Amino acid sequence: MKSALFDYTLRLGDSSLIIGHRLSEWCGHGPVLEQDIALINIALDLVGQAKSFLEYAGKVEAKGRDEDALAYHRIDRDFRNILLAEQPNEDFAFTIIRQFLFDAFQYPFYQRLAKSKDPQLAAIAQKSLKEVTYHLRFSSEWTIRLGDGTPESHEKMQTAINELWAFTGELFEMTETDEILIEHGIAIDLNEIKPIWEQKVKAIFKEATLEIPTTNWMQSGGKKGIHTEYLGFILAEMQYLPRAFPDAKW
Amino acid sequence: MSKKNWPLWEVFIRSKQGLNHKHVGSLHATDEQMAIENARDVYTRRMEGVSIWVVESKHIHASSPTEQSELFEPANDKVYRHPTFYDIPDEIGHM
Repeated sequence: MKSALFDYTLRLGDSSLIIGHRLSEWCGHGPVLEQDIALINIALDLVGQAKSFLEYAGKVEAKGRDEDALAYHRIDRDFRNILLAEQPNEDFAFTIIRQFLFDAFQYPFYQRLAKSKDPQLAAIAQKSLKEVTYHLRFSSEWTIRLGDGTPESHEKMQTAINELWAFTGELFEMTETDEILIEHGIAIDLNEIKPIWEQKVKAIFKEATLEIPTTNWMQSGGKKGIHTEYLGFILAEMQYLPRAFPDAKW
Repeated sequence: MSKKNWPLWEVFIRSKQGLNHKHVGSLHATDEQMAIENARDVYTRRMEGVSIWVVESKHIHASSPTEQSELFEPANDKVYRHPTFYDIPDEIGHM
């Protein structure tokens, strides 16, 4: 039960950390100043959520690892983030679609996690929910704006959806960890989240004149530590400084 | 991507209930919804506000600097418009 809780908390922390890091790569590269700041605000929210989850994961594990040790001193196989989070930014369309698919999951998920029987997870979810509400609003509006925009923006958005769709199945994949924790009223049954997510995605895509791909094949692995080739490169950049200078301080 | 800039908007923030909206700066956005969200991200990151107004800059009509003399200078020698000729009781304090 303790190792399941550790695994579960890591998954939540790692997903927020990695997608937050991805967004932070836009810093100084945003299409316009205002959107640069908006993306980085969201990145900071997500990294903040990751900090709370990883700090708690360290306490659950009780081996003296804090959030920094977990973020900076684990190898890719030990990361439990979903694969969607680590997919590259590519262009603004990819970034927005990745974020929208993620936000549309996080919002109903945190709503339920806020009522988890684990008080710490519930508190983090409660605190994060307001942030996620804004993230979803931001990514939904950009999805509509670009999907229902010019022929060029529409095509870029549809391409992004087609490329990223195979990573959405993993959002609802459950492992032994989920089963153990659902029994204790701690984890959320992802089968409950799926129809809510689908409904949201359908509604926004419809307004955005975008189509849901018909392929059924889904990539998975992140929740078990099997990642796409991108994660290694993210970690190389993210972990370089604390590994090269372990006692570095601000 | 076209190099044409998005329209410019002026941003007004109310810092507390009961206070006026004050001009804080400007930004670019394609429509009013985006202008409010951009204003939220650019100008209220440090709890600066409880309410945002945005108005497209082109809708603002300004007085011209060349008209300064006729608009404002006539008020210069009319000190009686300030309530400085009354004795204010000490209890009132600052006015």
